[in-house]
Amino acid sequence: MSADSDMRAAVGQIPPGIDFPPVELVSAPPLEDATVAIVTTAALAFPGEPWEDQTHEYRLFDRAAQGLIMAHNSTNLDRSGFALDRNVAFPIDRLREMEAEGKIGEVAPRHASFIGSTFELSTFLLDTGPRLAATLRGDGVDVALLTPV
Amino acid sequence: MCTRTVSTLARALEASGIATVSLLANRSAAELIGPPRGLYCEFPLGRPLGKPLDAEFQRSVLAAAFALLPRTDGPLIEDFDIVIEDEVDAPLSCPIPPRLDPQEPAAIGEARGLRAAHDRGVARIGTSQVGRVVDADGIPDAIRAFVEVVEGAAWNEVKYVGGDPTTLLMDIRAYYEEAALGLSEHVPAARATESWYYRKTSTGELIRRYLAAVKDVDPPFPGTFYVVPASQTSEVLF
Repeated sequence: MSADSDMRAAVGQIPPGIDFPPVELVSAPPLEDATVAIVTTAALAFPGEPWEDQTHEYRLFDRAAQGLIMAHNSTNLDRSGFALDRNVAFPIDRLREMEAEGKIGEVAPRHASFIGSTFELSTFLLDTGPRLAATLRGDGVDVALLTPV
Repeated sequence: MCTRTVSTLARALEASGIATVSLLANRSAAELIGPPRGLYCEFPLGRPLGKPLDAEFQRSVLAAAFALLPRTDGPLIEDFDIVIEDEVDAPLSCPIPPRLDPQEPAAIGEARGLRAAHDRGVARIGTSQVGRVVDADGIPDAIRAFVEVVEGAAWNEVKYVGGDPTTLLMDIRAYYEEAALGLSEHVPAARATESWYYRKTSTGELIRRYLAAVKDVDPPFPGTFYVVPASQTSEVLF
């Protein structure tokens, strides 16, 4: 088994700890008309701004932000890929290319990062997730692309 | 762990009126939660778009993900048709420069000797990932706290740059992995630079010995699983 398959097996057995309510899926606009935001759990940060362990909070980054680091505190994921190319976890340049090509309507003005190693999930569902949604909707976002690391 | 968070957040966003598509790195974890629209990509953890510096491949992943957007029959999980595995057992092969001062602890001297390679690595990638609590200038001396613990000091009685040992360890690891990128010219497979650091360098060996020193001690060390990856130790993760 690879290191990642061992990790998937270990994490895949952890119960979520909450009963999720039914979710009704939104009818999305055509992608070429949509405003798209990235929501990643890569713990993006500017240098000198580490993440608190087990936090449920998120940070917003301008679409033109440069110099971001992946400040995730987990040791159990590859680091070299993001170091070489942020798009491997935060595909902002790919989305901007799609925007320029007319394949998506707009790239959102701001994008969000969480840190994905937080065990407790209900706060994401009931607090920070809805708060982020309100912020993104205020930015005109109607589609979110979520990326884990 | 990230797939649990992504799947949960996707449900929250969808319930608030934002249509979501989620890349998923762990199918079993996602199935327990049920993201509205998920694309399971069996790629190395840390590389959800699969291949760094391969825009065409990344675009193919995005196209598959966005193709799920018109569907309203979720929660649903589809599989991307290409699998990429890590290469944890194939450490990057690159030479380590000689230490500048043989009187220094091996790990500290090694870190100083790798500075030029580190700077080449950063020049290659454009942005350094070092910088949570220390910059590249401070890395060699920051290693000294871990030397002291391995030599017998209590983990909570030494001074760590930035205060938190595990956050500092991420900066040290980033410094070494960037040095590895400066010592090689190709795009390494996932975990190849990680395995080089932990298995081939003096500092990697030091940190493995540090883990042994902080296990089962009083006061307990907070988060031994943040010291060395599970892939580089026989420790039980959870």
